[in-house]
Amino acid sequence: MAKKVPQINASSMADISFLLLIFFLVTTSMDVNTGLSRRLPAPVPPDQKIEDTKINKRNLFIVKINSMNQLLVQGQEMNVRQLKDKAKEFILNANNDPSMPVLYTEYIEGLGEVTYTKEHIISVQNDVDTQYQAYLDVQNELVAAYNELRDDYSHLKFNKAYAELDEDQQKLVQKVYPQKISEAEPKNYGGQ
Amino acid sequence: MPALNTSSLPDIIFMLLFFFMTVTSMKEVTYKVQISNPQATELTKLEKKSLIRYVYVGTPTAEFRKQAGAETRIQLDDAFAEVGEIENYIVSERSAMSEQDQGMMIVSIKADKDTRMGIIADIKQALRRAYALKISYSATQRTSY
Repeated sequence: MAKKVPQINASSMADISFLLLIFFLVTTSMDVNTGLSRRLPAPVPPDQKIEDTKINKRNLFIVKINSMNQLLVQGQEMNVRQLKDKAKEFILNANNDPSMPVLYTEYIEGLGEVTYTKEHIISVQNDVDTQYQAYLDVQNELVAAYNELRDDYSHLKFNKAYAELDEDQQKLVQKVYPQKISEAEPKNYGGQ
Repeated sequence: MPALNTSSLPDIIFMLLFFFMTVTSMKEVTYKVQISNPQATELTKLEKKSLIRYVYVGTPTAEFRKQAGAETRIQLDDAFAEVGEIENYIVSERSAMSEQDQGMMIVSIKADKDTRMGIIADIKQALRRAYALKISYSATQRTSY
């Protein structure tokens, strides 16, 4: 007669794996990577001369940040919180203000006649000593301005939020409100 | 009343365990620089981990301050690096990717919020030269102004 092998008591196995489970739950961080997505301009080939492209002055929206993190927007001192509205006003140019970008009326396939400021450019200039957070605040406000404009326009045209549009529709909206944020090389604007 | 059969309980728990082990992400590297994230509101999620490469910028942590100094430094993978090394790093990391992924590489700049823009601008120029044009400024959601 075969000897009876006693069964291993496995009732504590659940407790052990519970412990492991809790350990992993606590130690690992559900680290979601979030960030402000931007696109850098392509590098200029070294043999190419940098030409000063002429930009109509009224198409240009200049934001300067100095080493003390103070803002100068279109020659005016400003708080970061006002920047978004100011930028929106500039990009829209609803009243065809002669000091704001030139309005173009064009026919866009899928949207019809659209009046928009095709050539506006937002130029961000920062100092070498500008704080990263201040720079990011400015970038954030400008992106927010574009996002709000795109959202408003999507609601107007498609009755949906921008995020809910399909890819083709998003491309159309992007065509009307292209993100044109240009960054100059950092300079020393003083303020030491 | 017969006792409830709990012999399959460990298996169920193990399944849960494996789920959490695979889903959660460990920190990518050990930080040698101190980074307190800047805050922003217009955030986008970076979905595909395999497409992202990180550039860390900050002041060295206490244990590395002796060898690396107290000035802002760059960390690539597990080591301190100079601005000049970024270009090579990005190019070699990209060539290690599969061909269809190469164009979709995103470089995430994880910089301390008190970093001066001079070094960030240098990094951006290096990234431009390396043709890593898709970048993301790592930030956390702002809760209040």
